Amino acid sequence: MTATVSGNHGLQQAEGLLFDFASLKRTGVDMPAPRGRPDRLGGLGRKVAPPLPGLSEPEAVRHYVRLSQKNYAIDLGLFPLGSCTMKHNPRLNERMARLEGFADLHPLQPMQTVQGALLLMEELSRWLMTLTGMEAVALSPKAGAHGELCGMLAIRAALIARGEGETRKRVLVPESAHGTNPATAAACGFIVDEIHATDDGHVDIEDLKKKLGPDVAGIMLTNPNTCGLFERDIRTIADLIHGAGGYFYCDGANYNAIVGRVRPGDLGVDAMHINLHKTFSTPHGGGGPGAGPTVLSEALAPFAPVPLITLHGENRELIEHSEGTQAFGRMCAFHGQMGMFTRALTYMMSHGSDGLRQVAEDAVLNANYLLARLKLHFSAPFGERPCMHEVLLDDSSIKPKGVETIDMAKALLDEGYHPFTTYFPLVVHGAMLIEPTETEPKRELDRFADVMIALAERVKAGEVEFFKQAPKLTPMRRLDDTRAARQPKLRWRRGENSGAAAKHAAE
Amino acid sequence: MTKKYTKDHEWVRIEGDVAVVGISNFAAEQLGDVVYVELPAIGKAVKQGADMAVVESAKAASDVYAPISGEIVAVNDALNGNPEKVNEGPEGDGWFVKIKVANASELEALMDEAAYADFAKA
Repeated sequence: MTATVSGNHGLQQAEGLLFDFASLKRTGVDMPAPRGRPDRLGGLGRKVAPPLPGLSEPEAVRHYVRLSQKNYAIDLGLFPLGSCTMKHNPRLNERMARLEGFADLHPLQPMQTVQGALLLMEELSRWLMTLTGMEAVALSPKAGAHGELCGMLAIRAALIARGEGETRKRVLVPESAHGTNPATAAACGFIVDEIHATDDGHVDIEDLKKKLGPDVAGIMLTNPNTCGLFERDIRTIADLIHGAGGYFYCDGANYNAIVGRVRPGDLGVDAMHINLHKTFSTPHGGGGPGAGPTVLSEALAPFAPVPLITLHGENRELIEHSEGTQAFGRMCAFHGQMGMFTRALTYMMSHGSDGLRQVAEDAVLNANYLLARLKLHFSAPFGERPCMHEVLLDDSSIKPKGVETIDMAKALLDEGYHPFTTYFPLVVHGAMLIEPTETEPKRELDRFADVMIALAERVKAGEVEFFKQAPKLTPMRRLDDTRAARQPKLRWRRGENSGAAAKHAAE
Repeated sequence: MTKKYTKDHEWVRIEGDVAVVGISNFAAEQLGDVVYVELPAIGKAVKQGADMAVVESAKAASDVYAPISGEIVAVNDALNGNPEKVNEGPEGDGWFVKIKVANASELEALMDEAAYADFAKA
């Protein structure tokens, strides 16, 4: 890379740390010191000004615009991050969310002034329950893991109501699960017991049978799973867990692959969270917030947390208190992510039920198209079978040549792509997990596949140094993530690291 | 006494009535640069096959399982703040814990060096 005097790379502007170059002397607003007023702070006022950075307005605008140039976004290109479902956020959603009747609400407004918003929440609930074939839904959880917590608390409440709260403490979690699953179970006071995976990436039914018993509270299972595979024995798993007296929590993070095609209620699921910010196209990855409504089966429905919407004559009202009901309590102070409810319902209504079915079909078709092209050039651990919504590759075919998953990811940066998910799921060594979503047209899929295949060709040609040097074209070269993790600097301090980032960038 | 290995990639070496335990060269290589190790408290009772420590690399966090039942009598404090010792000598200075062996016959279920080498290759 040619060094420039400015540090800029073409139109990519170099930018240092705000605290390094900003000073209060340059702030755009001058406030005169107050005079002739008594000090009401009892002598506790600041003696020196806090060390805040100060910028003029154009400098502040430029600072953030320059930083934004370093962003990658779904609005910029294919975002192949597997397990994350980075799909397009339709602009219609944004338009609806900005209607003042939805956007300008206050959670403490009188009920009769928010009837439209309550109707929207009720309608969203109806869509979610119909699509999943479930009896109840709690809209309030704020994201996926919060939804897991909601589902597991409902399971715990149901066990306590059965008088088995103290005896059923063990939750079974397959080893390919999202890390949040065992964390949620542990946070609810359960003991986590791992179930092994079979060599072909599924839950080992024999191991599951061995681990069932009268102390089992339930199972937490992701379907489709993190290997991008549909758990074909899911009905058997549901029957086994129910037969043993436990409940079935399904992690719905990958629901986008089956929405409109499969109703989790029909599979025997008792609780499942739905990431509105994945399946139903609300923004995430910095654009959030997330939202994780949790659907509950007939067995768990009575324990759904408040608030709940009821019809009182013509009017809709919120039940805000759980006293005197079986509701296990509440998940958050107010009613959940209203802005995301509006966006998600807009997505549902603009697609219709047939459109949502096509969402799942196109997401799966796109992933299989990529799998078909890439498996000729990379090792695809379960590639002999069709995948669901994501393609799982590993580095076993390139590693002997000296190129690993991380090098592949860095080389993708130079090609202008956010990398795929690296080293996850953990059950596959050197995993590369790619999720194109239904957003991508064939032209974009082919462009991405062409890049991946060209990189595979470079590995074959022995160009190891090309990979070890990557990325060359990014604002920052390869960062030392080992040192960052071993000696983390979690706070900026004057005189430490100053200018190091900018210098590194210019190299 | 030679080293024995588990299928979860721990090694164990008996010194008197104490077992020195760590993760194998193969495991350290697979993990990549280790950035954090969480060791159990001294005096803790562990059971063969149950998790007793955590090792974290830039790529992944993994549980480390007790290869043998007993009581933790020592932990390798040098790993706190110097996790790179695990990569430098996984089967030497990078040991994790010492366990006072409760039942030496448990060792019989573990693999010897040759069997483990075959296992890791597969």
